[in-house]
Amino acid sequence: MRAPSPPRLTFRTRLWRAWDSDVAWSFRHSPVAILAAAMALTLLLSAVLAPLIAPQNAFDAASLNLMEGFTRPGEPSAVTGRVFVLGTDDQGRDMLSAILYGSRVSLLVGFASVVFSIAIGVSLGLMAGYLGGRTDAFIMRIADIQLSFPAILIALLVFGIARGLIAPQYHEQAAVVVLIIAIGLSNWASYARTVRGSTLVEKNKDYVMSARVMGRSPFAIMGQHVLPNVTGPVLVIATINLALAIIAESTLSFLGVGVPPTQPSLGTLIRVGQQFLFSGEWWILLYPALDLVLLALSINLLGDWLRDALNPKLR
Amino acid sequence: MTAPVLSVRNLKVEFPTRRGILTAIDDISFDIGPGEVLGVVGESGAGKSITGTAVIGLIEPPGRIAGGEVLLRGSRIDNLPQEQMRKIRGKRIGMVFQDPLTSLNPLYRIGEHLIETIRTHSTLSESAARKKALSLLEEVGIPAPDTRIDNYPHQFSGGMRQRVVLALALAAEPELVIADEPTTALDVSVQAQIIALLKRLCAQHGAAVMLITHDMGVIAETADRVAVMYAGRIAEIGPVRDVIKSPLHPYTKGLMGSIPSLTGESDRLVQIPGSMPRLTAIPSGCRFHPRCPRAFVPCPTFRPELQPEAKSEVACWLYHPFPVQAEAV
Amino acid sequence: MIAYILRSLAQAVMVMLAVALLAFSMFRFVGDPVANMVGQEASLKERAELAERLGLNDPFPIQFANFVRDMTRGEFGMSYRQGRPVRDLLMERVPATVELAFLSSLFALVFGIALGVYTAINRRGILANAVMSLSLVGVSLPTFLIGIGLIYLFAVELRWLPSFGRGDVLKLGWWSTGLLTETGRKSLIMPVLTLGFFQLTLIMRLVRAEMLEAMRTDYVKFARARGIPERSISFRHALRNTMIPVITIAGLQFGSVIAFAIVTETVFQWPGLGALFVQAVQFVDIPVMAAYLMFVALVFVVVNLAVDLLYFAVDPRLRGTTAAAK
Repeated sequence: MRAPSPPRLTFRTRLWRAWDSDVAWSFRHSPVAILAAAMALTLLLSAVLAPLIAPQNAFDAASLNLMEGFTRPGEPSAVTGRVFVLGTDDQGRDMLSAILYGSRVSLLVGFASVVFSIAIGVSLGLMAGYLGGRTDAFIMRIADIQLSFPAILIALLVFGIARGLIAPQYHEQAAVVVLIIAIGLSNWASYARTVRGSTLVEKNKDYVMSARVMGRSPFAIMGQHVLPNVTGPVLVIATINLALAIIAESTLSFLGVGVPPTQPSLGTLIRVGQQFLFSGEWWILLYPALDLVLLALSINLLGDWLRDALNPKLR
Repeated sequence: MTAPVLSVRNLKVEFPTRRGILTAIDDISFDIGPGEVLGVVGESGAGKSITGTAVIGLIEPPGRIAGGEVLLRGSRIDNLPQEQMRKIRGKRIGMVFQDPLTSLNPLYRIGEHLIETIRTHSTLSESAARKKALSLLEEVGIPAPDTRIDNYPHQFSGGMRQRVVLALALAAEPELVIADEPTTALDVSVQAQIIALLKRLCAQHGAAVMLITHDMGVIAETADRVAVMYAGRIAEIGPVRDVIKSPLHPYTKGLMGSIPSLTGESDRLVQIPGSMPRLTAIPSGCRFHPRCPRAFVPCPTFRPELQPEAKSEVACWLYHPFPVQAEAV
Repeated sequence: MIAYILRSLAQAVMVMLAVALLAFSMFRFVGDPVANMVGQEASLKERAELAERLGLNDPFPIQFANFVRDMTRGEFGMSYRQGRPVRDLLMERVPATVELAFLSSLFALVFGIALGVYTAINRRGILANAVMSLSLVGVSLPTFLIGIGLIYLFAVELRWLPSFGRGDVLKLGWWSTGLLTETGRKSLIMPVLTLGFFQLTLIMRLVRAEMLEAMRTDYVKFARARGIPERSISFRHALRNTMIPVITIAGLQFGSVIAFAIVTETVFQWPGLGALFVQAVQFVDIPVMAAYLMFVALVFVVVNLAVDLLYFAVDPRLRGTTAAAK
């Protein structure tokens, strides 16, 4: 007798279910979640649209006027009389543009590394769960090691090794990619664990067994049955990891081993700003720092809310 | 009966949820006399456990007692402040839960559990409390109590643990013991021992028992009277012999008919069609009417109350005149 | 029990060997050790001689075995960048990092547990909720920003504390400590707070979560049913059970604090191992990177072992056999 597989739903039904679901209800009734989402969305959009809305192209050295350097926020520049809402830095770069472009880089690296982590983590988790035995034990061991070592250390290590392997002339070009890989490699284990757990559960269910008997490829089986179940937890982990990735990137840039100085991210801007904090030009540090914190905070809040909303025990 | 130990009058317990207020127990009343064993029986979700939890005052917020009274030896206990209720728990009302493994703190020795309970409700010294603990252990049948008293819970088998739990519930000499599914988590072979022990101990200590279970066999063996609960209400309550031999309420009849009998009558087992309604979808009138083979005119509209019939009380329109113009419930 | 200890030890050794393999691979495949050690003008012959001397022509397993042997003897080679034995560099900097790591872990543990218990017991209190909200902000604050903020407030504005360095240190043998001098102590305050802050929020949330979990268990329910006072329930039943996972996780955290110190040391120009590592990464100074890795792995493994043993001592379920009596 054929074991029944779960019903397929049309897209419209899925959408309606999603709106009416507990998760959406919980969102609509949680002021914190709404606020956090609004903030995150604003920051995200402003970063994406930076080339369109920024008063100045912060990365184009030619468009900077050194004479406009160190202008205070809201005050006109001593030399050219232009007003900069958030002031300028030592190079005459408009702070508002700087943080818009800077958050762009930070978000790019953040998102990309999360996608990379998910790709590695989910694949390894599926492999470990499905193949079991030695493969499982081996993969999980490595996952344990990744989880116990601080992400910063792993990222630094990967970065250092990559630097040694890549010839110096390509360092700058490769920096962003290496950074994404480095941060991605330091955060994949949580996904692997979750997916593995789910795979183990699904593997033994009747409809999976009957699919195997019928000769369907394991990938199709896993894709159809395991992945839908893990979307929730993976999403929660991804949100929290996004905040971590952004902070990791800014930390690495702050340390001087992140993005190249020609494409400053928020971390680089903070590094620059630190020097001037103590001599009184506080705005060069404050605005990038504020942007970074608000970004991380809003994403963290969303992640927290999402985790509680998806947790069946708390309903 | 003589002045009852426990008196529950029109008790109502509600749980506010996102989707509205759920009424888990809706207007139930019963008494338990001194030294008596009252069985509370019903399917899962009928409200048996909540009744026990409500009596001892441990309903977790946001759930609350929304109406009615609980009287212990004539004085109300449902509206007492927290600290006074705490003093009653253990000392005057004891409770035993289903799973003896999780009821005991794995990091505490058995002796520590006992001494803690004894000293909370008395002024005994540490050594006097320990002596009492040892005698309790002996009473519940733990062999070599002087060594076992310093063991941890994981070093005991399931049956032994439940004995310890019984000892703990009785440690402060309560007048009433509420036993919530005390044997469900145990091996079948051990269940009978524990039930017998429970009955004997309570009789010896003069404690009344509210025995909550879904197992009619246990009730038949142990209880003096039994209350049959359905969807948050009491369907029938009366002496055990009468309820089992001649059930009045159609639900009770269905329950009795669904128990396999070893005495040879090989009729087909009766199965009550459908299932107990969820708390979000309680039927109007008599809650059982959608599944009742004897349902007739008043049942879907008017809610029956417990009325005396023969030696029991039953809430069913088959047994007393139904109203013609009373409000629909 | 002996089996348990032996098993833990065996695992420890495995981890060290794995890390050693990684470190060794770095040596062999990343960059050219020969090129890093001789000048540009060295002839091919000189390079070949050096390669022979360094044993670079031996088969892989032999090289690895030599590497491990050297590591256990504390021979880490010469720093590419500074030209000094790595071992000396390490020894100079270990005390700074260890002092910092130890003190910040202590700080995080004490206050983390206290705050965690407080917010768990007073779930609905205003102060408790404020603390929880602050902790969420804390998790979103990168460590270096906290450091910068503290420096600005206490060093630049208020001028109470020094803004960088260790202050005066006292040398005791090969160790140097800042605890015995006034400037040393003052210099320790901000770095300890910075490094400890993240751990503190972690521990606090962990303790809170575990306490709340413990308060929901059946044994707590049963204790309430026996009339045990709430205070006893919180501090004796719940807290005791909470300590086990907390010890484990907090203990494991300590192992990684050494590595977390990287950022704090950079911000405060603290002369420790972390700062050394960052420089090594910037200049691809492989011997220093490898040595740092091994050191961190060692600390990590030792701490893990200690936690395993501690766990054993604290949880009665792990000791002896379960003597079931019917």
